[in-house]
Amino acid sequence: MIALSDYLLLGAVLFSISVAGIFLNRKNVITLLMCIELMLLAVNMNFVAFSHFLGDASGQIFVFFILTVAAAEAAIGLAILVVLFRNRGTINVADLDMLKG
Amino acid sequence: MPFQTEDLFTLLPELVVLVTACVVLVVDLYLREDQKQTNHTLTVLGLLITLGAIGLVGGSDVTTAFGGTYIRDPMSDLLKGAVVLVTLLTFVYSSNYMRERNLWVGEYHVLILFALLGMLIMISANGFLTLYLGLELLALCLYALVAFDRDSKGGAEAAMKYFVLGALGSGMLLYGISMLYGATGGFDFPGIAEVVGREGADNKILVFGLVFVIIGIAFKFGAVPFHMWAPDVYQGAPMPVVLFLSSAPKVAAFAMAARVLIDALAGLQADWSEILIILSVLSMGVGNVVAIAQSNIKRMLAYSTISHVGFIFLGLLAGNADGYSAAMFYAVVYALMSAGAFGVLVMISQKGLEAENLDDLKGLGERDPWLAAMMAILMFSMAGVPPMVGFIAKLLVLEAVVDLGLVWLAIVAVVFSIVGAFYYLRVVKMIYFDKPEVTTPIVMSGSARLAISANGLAVLLVGMFPAALLSLCEAAFVG
Repeated sequence: MIALSDYLLLGAVLFSISVAGIFLNRKNVITLLMCIELMLLAVNMNFVAFSHFLGDASGQIFVFFILTVAAAEAAIGLAILVVLFRNRGTINVADLDMLKG
Repeated sequence: MPFQTEDLFTLLPELVVLVTACVVLVVDLYLREDQKQTNHTLTVLGLLITLGAIGLVGGSDVTTAFGGTYIRDPMSDLLKGAVVLVTLLTFVYSSNYMRERNLWVGEYHVLILFALLGMLIMISANGFLTLYLGLELLALCLYALVAFDRDSKGGAEAAMKYFVLGALGSGMLLYGISMLYGATGGFDFPGIAEVVGREGADNKILVFGLVFVIIGIAFKFGAVPFHMWAPDVYQGAPMPVVLFLSSAPKVAAFAMAARVLIDALAGLQADWSEILIILSVLSMGVGNVVAIAQSNIKRMLAYSTISHVGFIFLGLLAGNADGYSAAMFYAVVYALMSAGAFGVLVMISQKGLEAENLDDLKGLGERDPWLAAMMAILMFSMAGVPPMVGFIAKLLVLEAVVDLGLVWLAIVAVVFSIVGAFYYLRVVKMIYFDKPEVTTPIVMSGSARLAISANGLAVLLVGMFPAALLSLCEAAFVG
């Protein structure tokens, strides 16, 4: 039997990997989008685990909404990525340094 | 929970905004290039009807709809009114600017209207699910708006930064919500408040969730140390989008903070007050000090926003009705001031000339004395000079903090606002005492001039007679 704490631990590890990915990655914007996706999925893991162990379905309903929003978010993220590449010819995170002061 | 038709009446303002957005979306398809002004007319009409609907639905009672997921109370009435008003100002101010740059298209109106819808939903959310959906509707529209000028190199970069950090903020918020769900077994704020009141800080999962939720809120507000996106987004986005982004969403973010912290997590007030003290001091400090070093006026106002967020937190952390109403007053007033200041910048930006740098404001007093007077009023108000409304707003939050016995915090706030006065007054000095670098007259529509005059004079008059707005804010937190 897998305990609730195991699921939460897995969720926390996935969440940490995604946050670390966002801050450490200097190469590619697409990796950032993947990290964001992973972060939302880590949260979904938490919701489903809690929902199962509480015996309450509302957590799983929340997961459906998060998945839908994540899809919309990915669409907008990729659209911005296309605009960025067309304007700048690069998707290197380190090259996004035009705005500063 | 059966569907009830009365629920739709509670939702009337949101429905009007939704219908307006859909109508503009469809009508835009059938308009020729020279008829695009129809979009504007329809939008303004829709927003005026929305204001009427808010008044019609509003009252001193509290109604909930859709099984308690949606709430309408005096707080939501006032905040919705403020948000719709600021959105209306955005459209009036931006018409010339966007037309001159060939950006005066239907999508601009539709995106702002959907962002407005998201804010209205956030303001009326009575559970985490509703709150999250409203927040994301707002955020997704804002990401797209920041990249609205597709040929601008800075716009795409700003949008990408905003997107990544905004998504990170949403992720943090969601992680916190998942912890709160695990500890309380529900998403509705009254239910969570009940469990929190029973268990309080003894339940470590609750406190853990609270920290993540506050990080999410701080990201959306742009409070230090979660402010990294704000200056870049302000600098890269088109000016009218910044005007919108810097004003209305702050009011919605206040509503989010109030609903989550006051309605749901009041039992953990001792814990979140301490976190807010840190965020508030850092925001006021970093915001005011770094703003001095900026030569780009959009970046300067971004840091100014950050410092004002610190003041809003001052009111919230007081943890009593006086503090909450002071913070609410501050948020509404700030939205008005910010809309006005960026409105002036939008109007100074003529075809082929962006008012990006502080130097572009030089000699405004000679070029257009009336516009210069309005900008001076707004800058004095942001600096907190009496009798402008910014002074009253600062006074109220400081009073709330002093009543709490946190005199050192009030002193820190006053010191930083004196530091802040320097860069606001520098703008006034440039307007009146420097020679203009450009001498072309400023062209603007009559309605824009009327709106900016009303905006500037409102900042002055509400400052002299704050009682009406103040009593509305106080009524929101009675009982």
